[in-house]
Amino acid sequence: MTAYTTTSPERVTTWFRAGHTSQFPVGAGATIKYGDRQIAVFYFHRTDRWYACQNLCPHKLENVLGRGLIGEQDGIPKVACPLHKRTFSLETGENLNGECPPVAVYPVKIENDYVYVGFAD
Amino acid sequence: MQIVVIGNGMVGHKFCDLFARHPRRGEFQLTVYGEECRPAYDRVHLSAYFSDRDAGKLSLATREWYAEAGITLRTGELVTELDTDKRELRTHLGNVQRYDYLVLATGSVPFVPPVPGRDKKGVFVYRTIEDLEAILGYADQLKQRPGARSVVMGGGLLGLEAAKATLDMGLPTDVVEFAPRLMPRQLDEVGAATLTSTLTELGLGVHLSKSTTAIAGNGSITHLEFSDRSTLPTDMLIISAGIRPRDELARKAGIEVGPRGGILADEYLRTSAPDVYAIGEAALYRDMIYGLVAPGYDMARVALGSIMADADGGCMPESIDLSTKLKLIGTDVASFGDCFPPAEASRSIVYHDESRGIYKRINISRDGKRLLGGMLVGDAGDYNMLHQIYKNGMPLPPQPEDLILGARGVGGQPGAGVLDLPDAAVICSCENVTKGKLCGLLEDGSAASVKELVGCTGAGTGCGGCKPILSDVVENYLKAQGKVVRNVICEHFPFTRQELRDLVQLKELRTYDEALDTLGSGHGCEVCKPALASIFATVYAETANPQAQIQDTNDRFLANIQRNGTYSVVPRIPGGEITPDKLLAIGRVAKKYDLYTKITGGQRIDLFGARLEELPPIWEELIAAGFESGHAYGKSLRTVKSCVGSTWCRYGMDESVSFAIEIEERYKGLRSPHKLKGGVSGCIRECAEARGKDFGLIAVEEGYNVYVCGNGGARPKHAELLAGPVDRATAVKYLDRFLMFYLRTAAPLVRTAKWLEGLDGGIAYLKSVVVDDALGLAEELETEMQGLVNGYACEWKEAISDPAMRQRFRPFVNTEDSEELAFVPLREQKMPKPW
Repeated sequence: MTAYTTTSPERVTTWFRAGHTSQFPVGAGATIKYGDRQIAVFYFHRTDRWYACQNLCPHKLENVLGRGLIGEQDGIPKVACPLHKRTFSLETGENLNGECPPVAVYPVKIENDYVYVGFAD
Repeated sequence: MQIVVIGNGMVGHKFCDLFARHPRRGEFQLTVYGEECRPAYDRVHLSAYFSDRDAGKLSLATREWYAEAGITLRTGELVTELDTDKRELRTHLGNVQRYDYLVLATGSVPFVPPVPGRDKKGVFVYRTIEDLEAILGYADQLKQRPGARSVVMGGGLLGLEAAKATLDMGLPTDVVEFAPRLMPRQLDEVGAATLTSTLTELGLGVHLSKSTTAIAGNGSITHLEFSDRSTLPTDMLIISAGIRPRDELARKAGIEVGPRGGILADEYLRTSAPDVYAIGEAALYRDMIYGLVAPGYDMARVALGSIMADADGGCMPESIDLSTKLKLIGTDVASFGDCFPPAEASRSIVYHDESRGIYKRINISRDGKRLLGGMLVGDAGDYNMLHQIYKNGMPLPPQPEDLILGARGVGGQPGAGVLDLPDAAVICSCENVTKGKLCGLLEDGSAASVKELVGCTGAGTGCGGCKPILSDVVENYLKAQGKVVRNVICEHFPFTRQELRDLVQLKELRTYDEALDTLGSGHGCEVCKPALASIFATVYAETANPQAQIQDTNDRFLANIQRNGTYSVVPRIPGGEITPDKLLAIGRVAKKYDLYTKITGGQRIDLFGARLEELPPIWEELIAAGFESGHAYGKSLRTVKSCVGSTWCRYGMDESVSFAIEIEERYKGLRSPHKLKGGVSGCIRECAEARGKDFGLIAVEEGYNVYVCGNGGARPKHAELLAGPVDRATAVKYLDRFLMFYLRTAAPLVRTAKWLEGLDGGIAYLKSVVVDDALGLAEELETEMQGLVNGYACEWKEAISDPAMRQRFRPFVNTEDSEELAFVPLREQKMPKPW
């Protein structure tokens, strides 16, 4: 868990090229590796927005969030963990339906059809 | 001051419960004697014990509750002597107890007619948990014996309930009644005849005007002998021929009793001895013994009020309401008020539908202004409303026949009238809760749901008969307040699943985005996406592949996610039949990919620990060996379990394996609101446990009995008889209709048993739709099902044949690395490292 910290766009030091946009599913998530870390990347095609968070679910510490269903609750984009349906905001990382610790979220940008995830280390 | 209660049954306990809540309880000491070994339990729902065998569920209060309430409870201690002059009693242990006030709540015993042979093995009564345990134990032994059957003596309320229980245990059952008709106290001749024909159709033998002269057998019962010289073979007899009040203690102490038993009690439940009260089934009030719980609870309330000298304690009403509603085998029966008023004071309105087994009669005063009483057989849906109108003396509508026929014109919503009831109307007579009280709690915000109302008032916790009207009150109240009480899918779709499915079909919507744009708002969530996926599957036979992004995780990856994020793989093994070669093929795959291997409860083989990227190659190898997806991951048909049947078994009546395979092949891949399981047994020994499934077929001599809406799991329930015996083709036809009707109308994640619970009219209604085609839908349902059957495709094969779809199973977008996973060894296999 300590390997992951929420990173705001202005603190980004490295924009990591994760892959071509066509490699990511539409309206769902996929996982990338950045060093030893696993990051879940989501494409919300209805709003044309990209989000990223740690792949590790803080509830049982399994690397599964990238395989969860995505959606929106009162306008907040979220992902539901496939194991026990804990939902996390992809804007703030907070657990929306329980008492779990938050997940770390990362900024995403698209340049020339490539997906970049921002890290501060 | 010392109060002593003798008897810890339902009414005795009610007295304690009311005492514990009384503001002046501090001035009194309360001691209770109960002769049974456990504290008070619910006898009204005693037969539930047959299905769950859980005495705890029947318990009304624990010893801890009594201790916390400061009430001394002495169970397993029988009071043997009573001296009303000395105000003392003595127990069988020799303990002496003094009292200032004494309450006799000694209850009753089952009446056993003085017939020779009552002491034979296999003869039982039906009153205590111990009785039920004895019956169950004996029935378990009997079931080993082919052709074993049971008889219930007594065709009244309790007798028919006992008959349902033994029928549920799988024993063919006959009911023997002394009177010329069933339920003679509640039903007239036509009503009883209607009931008899429904019960006979369901397989219960009914024998009327039978006076039993002997219970015959050498040691164990073998048959009954009647005064008309006829006999009836049986291996078990349950006697339910009425009750006799337990008045022996009072009688010995010189307290006045009635000529045919029962402790005489006045309108305050006072007996002939000073400060001694009698309540419940032991009390004789106005020449009657009352075997229902509601009057008993009323007595507890009045007696306590009198002892406490409450200003508003009240007294017993002159006439006691004996209205009752009963869920019998596949049909409902209810009666209320005066069932047989004298002809000169009343007129009757009768509705009789022989083909559907429905009989309704209401009795109306000569001037047409008041409802005097009535009876309902086959369809008791109108009971709550009629009972309220009767009890509150409400004015009748200008056309009183509307009450049982429904308003046949515009408007007129059933149940909507509940808000017209006066505030004083008692909704729950066991707990004496009025409509005014319920609405008050809803109004001041103390409660907002049925559950909360039950919590605040205890309403519905006695006989439970008022539960439907309780929810009517809540629903109508909220509706009147303009609050929506619909079971909608989620914030994105303001529809129920059924409505949404109809709209998708009507507007021919094909994708989730189309549906959201046309019918919903926002951007969807983890609730509505799988719900829509299920709808597309049940309308267009769409597999989980084309819209993988809206599938729940298991459907998206066509496998079951396990605790460490790996998957398990279950190939289809229809009916549980597998060749040695196919078994070897599974073994080879499991060995190659190092998969933990286990036999499932559904007669299949589960391979655990597959990595995401290993799924396609595993499927490829399984498919090459002749397997296809088992859909173990979907809310869909899982397996049709079978016993080996007549091909090998010496008891089998039919080839259950062949039939199970045929059915599993027919419905494989069928997606539904929740998972679906089936079973086919070759005989009534039921080795396939078909009645624990959503649909079950049991072979009998003349064909198959079709059972539906059972399940195992957290809330086990036996499937109920839908039809039978029928031939195979008819069984499949009924299953088509039943499943399609469920697929259309159930809410998301509601299994068939729960769906049936919520279905108005229950199994009788379902039967009318599926068997009698009451809605005229049968052909449509069959056609729709055939479309889904024809549309079947193996999802695994689809997924591996399309390179784009195969992308889904790459663990990382940007590297070929595979995930690091930790396993630990387990009995020559492996398991994930624990959390």
